[in-house]
Amino acid sequence: MFTRNALFALSLAFTFGAGTAVAETPGLGKPINEADITAWNIDVLPDGTGLPPGSGTPTQGAAVYSQKCAICHGENGVNPPAGYLPLVAPSKFDRIDALKTVTYYKYATTLFDVIRRSMPYQMPKTLTNDELYALSAYILSLNKIVGENDVMDAKTLPQVKMPNRDNFIIWAPDKI
Amino acid sequence: MTIRKRRKAPPLEPVAGNGLLDRRMLLGRGIMFAGAMGTGAAGSLTGAGAEPLKNDPWSLEMGSVVPAYQVPSRFEKDVVRTRSNPNNEFRNSHARTPHHLLQGTVTPNGLFFSISHSALPDIDPAQHKLVIHGLVKQPLVYTVESLSRYPMVTRMHFVECAGNSAPMFSNEPVQATAQALHGLVSNAEWTGVLLSTLLEETGIDPKAKWLFGEGADSLSLHRSVPVKKALDDAMIALYQNGERVQPGNGYPMRLLLPGYQGNMNIKHVRRIKLIDQPAMSFYEAKTYSQILPDGKMWLFHFTMEVKSFITHPSFGHSLKEPGYYEISGIAYSGNGRISKVLVSADGGKSWAQAALQEPVLPKAFTRFRMPWRWDGQPAVLQSRAWDESGAVQPLRPEFVAARGQTSTPVTNPLGFPNQHYNSITSWGVDNSGGIKHVYA
Repeated sequence: MFTRNALFALSLAFTFGAGTAVAETPGLGKPINEADITAWNIDVLPDGTGLPPGSGTPTQGAAVYSQKCAICHGENGVNPPAGYLPLVAPSKFDRIDALKTVTYYKYATTLFDVIRRSMPYQMPKTLTNDELYALSAYILSLNKIVGENDVMDAKTLPQVKMPNRDNFIIWAPDKI
Repeated sequence: MTIRKRRKAPPLEPVAGNGLLDRRMLLGRGIMFAGAMGTGAAGSLTGAGAEPLKNDPWSLEMGSVVPAYQVPSRFEKDVVRTRSNPNNEFRNSHARTPHHLLQGTVTPNGLFFSISHSALPDIDPAQHKLVIHGLVKQPLVYTVESLSRYPMVTRMHFVECAGNSAPMFSNEPVQATAQALHGLVSNAEWTGVLLSTLLEETGIDPKAKWLFGEGADSLSLHRSVPVKKALDDAMIALYQNGERVQPGNGYPMRLLLPGYQGNMNIKHVRRIKLIDQPAMSFYEAKTYSQILPDGKMWLFHFTMEVKSFITHPSFGHSLKEPGYYEISGIAYSGNGRISKVLVSADGGKSWAQAALQEPVLPKAFTRFRMPWRWDGQPAVLQSRAWDESGAVQPLRPEFVAARGQTSTPVTNPLGFPNQHYNSITSWGVDNSGGIKHVYA
């Protein structure tokens, strides 16, 4: 027969399992496998982590662009309608209110990632991986950051050296 | 019978230039003007006699039906947010809080500022899920229902867009209300589950230095956050001022990062991924990176620094006659509590300490008040705040020297020339009681 003390000892052992003082939490999260997160797991990191298979060239990208992007961002990435952002601009930031576009990014992966998750604005997440690489190649080539025949894929895109890459400083490194 | 000795009446002489009075006048003992009380013209401070009282119609009949969800009086119809995109064109939408028409420290939910980059998703809370994965020991999925069973905390915090007050970067003062200039900050009581509680359940791989929150909106907006901050005071907020988080503020749940720039407080959060490097998302790589005058750019300017501005009186108000007014405004800091607010009525030549309305809470609005007797002459009203970390709100010349200003005047008060403006705001009162935005 359990004594009251034995029950108390048992409850202590449960609460502080293995002798560490871990606060008890409700434990109501349902375990899930990474494979089952695939539909949401769309982020791309600066080192290329998360880039999918596929590839594309500026020429292929130009065709997709004129069909799905030019209406908001302007033909060839310039002269968009009022209120919308162009995609081509010099990498020149000598005013605090200078126009920031693709040439501002530290890494080319940012371009791929934002197209993949957010564009086209009215029907995001509908482009194929090849279209994403092709659009990235086209927009980078419009800005003279890659050549007109450069192929973008999971290996080449993270290696693109962006023109503004070395101009950033971290505001407060101790907070990171 | 004991006679309580009255405490000495507060000084009636101004404590700083242009009629600033001692803040101790506000400590619940009434306002005593030696001169005004002494003249005693029919007991009136202004000298104008009141008209005879009569019964108005609403005092003579039953009123209208009590609604299920009440809204302000029809006479308050102008106390609304101003919107940048009322026709829902294919771009972002801003709705700004009318600070010059509000008092206290809590922003009503209907007036809480909102910026949506692809309008408001219509999220069914029964279908919404939050997954935490990446560099964790066990990825887990939570629902609104499951989170509602977790231990909750309730905390008062402001949320401020990093681009709030951006028109103040203009080299000439933009003539606009506190709503137009500073309307992208609001303050609410948030209730939810600490993110640290959920991360304890998933476990954290030691390689994880960052995480990002990502929304269920059509842009899947995401922002990187140091794990250090996530374990400090981050919250999955489910309630805003006691009711469910508003659609424009992240329904059914948002990532709340007290004191950090608003855009990082991911609305409709559906995914948190732990990672070993910052994601360099669109909004952190470009939009919320600031160009500095020397041609360098800041990354990861997360903290909203100490700031204050006067809401009463301010642009859009006018002073009807010389006499007593209360100057008041709001102060806040992403570093913690406000420790002191000084007010000037003479453009910064002299300053006096304002009364701080209790409770003074960390990373939350603090209302400051200052008694003022306007003599009818031109005055320039300013406030300047300090926080408990020792940070002080910079004066405009030193702020502009470090952060720059535009080379030509900003013509659109809704534009965003740059971000993280936390210098002081000056309201110029002319001798007719009109109020302009000035630099002083």
